[in-house]
Amino acid sequence: MTEVTMTVNGREMKGVVEDRTLLVQFLRENLGLTGTHVGCDTSQCGACVVHVDGKAVKSCTMLAVQASGSDVLTIEGLANGTELHPVQAAFREHHGLQCGYCTPGMIMTAVDLIRQHGSALDEKAVRDGLEGNICRCTGYHNIVKAILAAAGAAQPQQVAAE
Amino acid sequence: MGVEGIGAKVLRKEDRRFITGRGRYVDDMTVPGMKYAAFVRSPHGHAKIAGIDSAEAASMPGVIGILTGEQLQGDGIGNLICGWGVSSKDGTPMKMGAWPALAVGTVRHVGQPIAVVVADTQLQARDAAEAVEVSYEELPAVVSAVDALKDGAPQLHPEAPGNLIFDWELGDKAATDAAFSGAAHVTKLHIVNNRLVPNPMEPRAALGVYDPAEEHYTCWTTSQNPHVARLVMSAFYNVAPEHKLRVIAPDVGGGFGSKIYIYPEEIVCLWASKRTGVPVKWTSDRTEAFLTDAHGRDHVTEVEMALDADHKILGLKVDTIANLGAYMSLFSSATPTYLYATLLSGQYDIPAIHANVRAVYTNTVPVDAYRGAGRPEATFVIERTVETAARELGISPAELRRKNFIRSFPHQTPVIMAYDAGDFDATLDAGMKAADVAGFETRRAEAKQRGKLRGLGMSCYIEACGIAPSKAVGSLGAGVGLWESAEVRVNPVGTVEILTGSHSHGQGHETTFAQLVAERFGLPVANVQVIHGDTDKVQFGMGTYGSRSGAVGMSAIHKALDKVEAKAKKIAAHVLEADEGDIVIENGEVKVAGTDKKLAWHEVCLGAYTGHNLPDGMEPGLKEGAFYDPTNFTFPAGCYICEVEVDPDTGTTEIVQFVAADDFGRVINPMIVEGQVHGGLAQGIGQALLEGAHYDDSGQLVTASYMDYAMPRAWDLPMFKVSTNETLCPGNPLGMKGCGEAGAIGSPPAVINAITDAIGNNDLSMPATPQKVWKALHAVA
Repeated sequence: MTEVTMTVNGREMKGVVEDRTLLVQFLRENLGLTGTHVGCDTSQCGACVVHVDGKAVKSCTMLAVQASGSDVLTIEGLANGTELHPVQAAFREHHGLQCGYCTPGMIMTAVDLIRQHGSALDEKAVRDGLEGNICRCTGYHNIVKAILAAAGAAQPQQVAAE
Repeated sequence: MGVEGIGAKVLRKEDRRFITGRGRYVDDMTVPGMKYAAFVRSPHGHAKIAGIDSAEAASMPGVIGILTGEQLQGDGIGNLICGWGVSSKDGTPMKMGAWPALAVGTVRHVGQPIAVVVADTQLQARDAAEAVEVSYEELPAVVSAVDALKDGAPQLHPEAPGNLIFDWELGDKAATDAAFSGAAHVTKLHIVNNRLVPNPMEPRAALGVYDPAEEHYTCWTTSQNPHVARLVMSAFYNVAPEHKLRVIAPDVGGGFGSKIYIYPEEIVCLWASKRTGVPVKWTSDRTEAFLTDAHGRDHVTEVEMALDADHKILGLKVDTIANLGAYMSLFSSATPTYLYATLLSGQYDIPAIHANVRAVYTNTVPVDAYRGAGRPEATFVIERTVETAARELGISPAELRRKNFIRSFPHQTPVIMAYDAGDFDATLDAGMKAADVAGFETRRAEAKQRGKLRGLGMSCYIEACGIAPSKAVGSLGAGVGLWESAEVRVNPVGTVEILTGSHSHGQGHETTFAQLVAERFGLPVANVQVIHGDTDKVQFGMGTYGSRSGAVGMSAIHKALDKVEAKAKKIAAHVLEADEGDIVIENGEVKVAGTDKKLAWHEVCLGAYTGHNLPDGMEPGLKEGAFYDPTNFTFPAGCYICEVEVDPDTGTTEIVQFVAADDFGRVINPMIVEGQVHGGLAQGIGQALLEGAHYDDSGQLVTASYMDYAMPRAWDLPMFKVSTNETLCPGNPLGMKGCGEAGAIGSPPAVINAITDAIGNNDLSMPATPQKVWKALHAVA
C-alpha cells in the first residue's frame, strides 16, 4: 500500500492504494469521480482519458502511484461552474453523443487535440486524432463536426452545405 | 410544428449530465456495505466439471463467500429460458437445453460462469476467483454450426440430438419449386453472415441488494427493459417474488440488443446478496463482454433466385443454418425465423418464396438479437442476390430493382409480412441523385488514372420493426405481448411528467418524448420530464429494442395525451361555460375558439387538483395512462449507395461516399434520426469491412479484446449523406416507422456490392479485410 497525493481538478487529494491500482480506479473508487469511465481492458477505447500535467492520458494505462505529484484534470473539472467548456457545448450543439459513455474521454481527447492544433484541424486530422477513442453509437459524424466547430475550424465541405 | 414540436430539431435535454461526467451508470452506483463479485469461468469450450475446490480461495483476504451452481439449484433458482416457442416442420417444439446460471455438471462455452466469489474489494474478488480450483474432463468442442450438424460431431445437449434445435420453414415450397422450373435465369449465392459482438461501450454490470428487514430485492442492471427483467427473474428464475423486486436500469451506455437479455450474472448477484447478506456488485470487463454478451448474426445461407426473360423475379429459395451458440438465449429463436425469413421479399414483388432454417447448438456464446436482429441477414441475402443477378443479366442494378419494385399498397408478401405503405422509387431516386450515380463512371475512370479501383454498390432495404402486435407474435410463439405503456402526469402547476415503459440508452427519449407534449399543448420541452427505467416508478412496459420506442412507445404517450387533452378541455369548457368542442389548446393556453375567453394551461391544471370547480361527477386530478398495442409491424425502407476506392496493392478499401435515403414515416426530431442512422451505418460498415468474432476449433474465442476484434474507429468512416422522406405509417397515430436499426440493416450489402464492383470478383465474404480483398482481386485461391 502506498500513499499518493495529487491535485485533481484543482484540489489536493490524498489516498492510500495498492501499488497495482490504476489511476482510473483511484479517480472512480477512491475519489468518487465517476465521470471517467472504463470501457476496455487493452487501453484502446479511450473512455478513460483524462489530462495529466496538461496532456491527454489514458488513465487505465497509468498507475495511481505514477500520477502522484501530478496535476490531473477530469471531465468533472472541465466546466467553469455552470459555464460549459466550449468543447462540451459543441458536443451538445452538434449531437456528438448518444449514450454518453465514451463522451467524457472523447471530450478530454478533443480538448487536447484542439490545444495542439487549433483551427488548423481538418476532418482527416480529427479522425486520425480520435484513433484512441471508440464510440459505438454515433458513427463519429457528429463528433467530428463538434470538434471542428469547437476548434474554430472549417466544417467538411459536404457537411457545410447541410 | 412549433419550435420544439414534432419535426423540430431540439437539442437534447439529457446531454448536460453526460458532457459533465455526471451520468449515473450501474458501475457508478454504490450502496452502504457494498461488496464485489468476480466469476470463475470455464477456460474450456466443452467440458465436464469434475470438481470445484474453493478451500484455498475462501481463506484469502477479504473473501466473504464462494457460491456454486449446486447451491443455486438447491435454492430453487430456475434455469434460463428462451421466451419464444418455435417449432420444427414436423411439429416438434424447439429443443431447449438446460441452462443454469452457474454451470452444473457440464460447461458448454468458454467463459461460462461456474462459481462466484464475493469479497470486500473487486481486486480481492478477482484474486480469489483465480485461486478457485476447478478440475475438468475436457470434451471435444464444435464451433461451426455447419460442422455441428454433421454425423460424429460433439453433442452438446441430450435434449437436442445432432445439435439441431429446430428445422423450420416458411413459405410455399411447391409453388417456389414450380417457379424455378419455369425460370429463364437462376442466380445462386453462398452467403456467410459473419458473427459479431455488439460491444456497447459500457460493459454490463449488476448490483444486487437484498434487504432482509423487508425481504425485498433491488437490482441495478444495465438493461434495455427493466420490467421484463423483473418479470423474468421472478416468474421464471424464481429469484424473488415480483412484488418484492425492484429493478432499476439507470443510465445505460448503449445496448444494441445485447442488454435485452437477463444474464446469469444479474441473477447470481441478486441471489448471492441474499445468501451472503451483503449487497453484491459485478462489473464486466471487456474480455468478459466478448466471452459472455450475446453475439449476433452467424448464418450460413444458400440462396437461389429465379427470374423470367423479362427480368421479373419469379421465386426465391433460401436455406439457412443459424448458429445459436451453446444455449438458447431469450429471443434467439425468433431472430433467424420470424424476424428474418419474413423479410425475404425485400422491396420486390416476388410471387413465391420458400425459406428453410435450421438452428444449431455449438460451443460458443449464445447468439441473439443484435441491431437489426434477422433483418440485416435477410437484407444481405436479397440485396447481394439482386445485385449479382443484375450483373449476370447485364443490366443496371437500379433497373433490375425498378422492374420488380412493389408499387401497390398494402402488399401481402408470401412470407407473412403485409407492407402497409412505401415509395421505393422515391428513395431510390433520392439515393441515386445524392450519390451522383450518373457521374460515377467518370469518377471511376479518374481513379483508375491514379491506380485505384472505384466501385459502386446499392442496397434497397426494407425492414419490419416497431415490434409488435401482441396477437400476431403470440400466435407465432412469443411468450410475451409487445405493446407499450405510458402515463402522463400533469402536475398542479402545469408541468408534465411522462412515465414510459420505453428505456433510453442513447436514443434521446428525454427530449423526443417531451416534444410530443410541446406539440400538443404548446408547453416548453423544459417543462416536461421523462421518467423511465425504474419498476417502482413506472408501470409495466416492454422496453426498448426492435426500433419500437417511436412507433409503439410514443403511440402510447399519444393515447395518454389524448385522454389528458380531453379532460383538460372538459374542465375548461365547464369553467369558461363553453362547448367542449370549441375548446382549443395551444401555446400554453386553453381558449374558446373565435373568442378571447381563455385560461392559462396552469390554471386548468391547478383547477383539476383543487377540485373547486369541476364538472359534476368528474374525478379530480389530471393524470392519464394508456397501453398501446400495434396493429402491424412498421416498414421503414430506403436506398443506400456506397462508393468505394480500393487500393489494388494493399487491398485497402476507402469509403469515399455513403448515401442513405430513408423513409421512416414521421420524423419527430431530425437530428436524433440522423444520429441513429449514422450509428447504424457505422455498425453495418463495421460488419462489412472490419468485424468478425472467431472461435478456433477447440472452442477458444480468438477475438476476445479490442486488440483482435476490429471496432470501427473515426478514421474508418466517412461523413455520411443522410436524407429522409416521409411516407406516413398508416398503422399508428403519429405515422412513425422507426429508425434505430435501419443503418445496420441496409449498409452491409451496399458495401460488399461496391467492393465486388470495384475488383471485378463477386466472390467476397465479410469482413472484407484488405487481405481478402487483395486475394479476390488477384484471384489467389
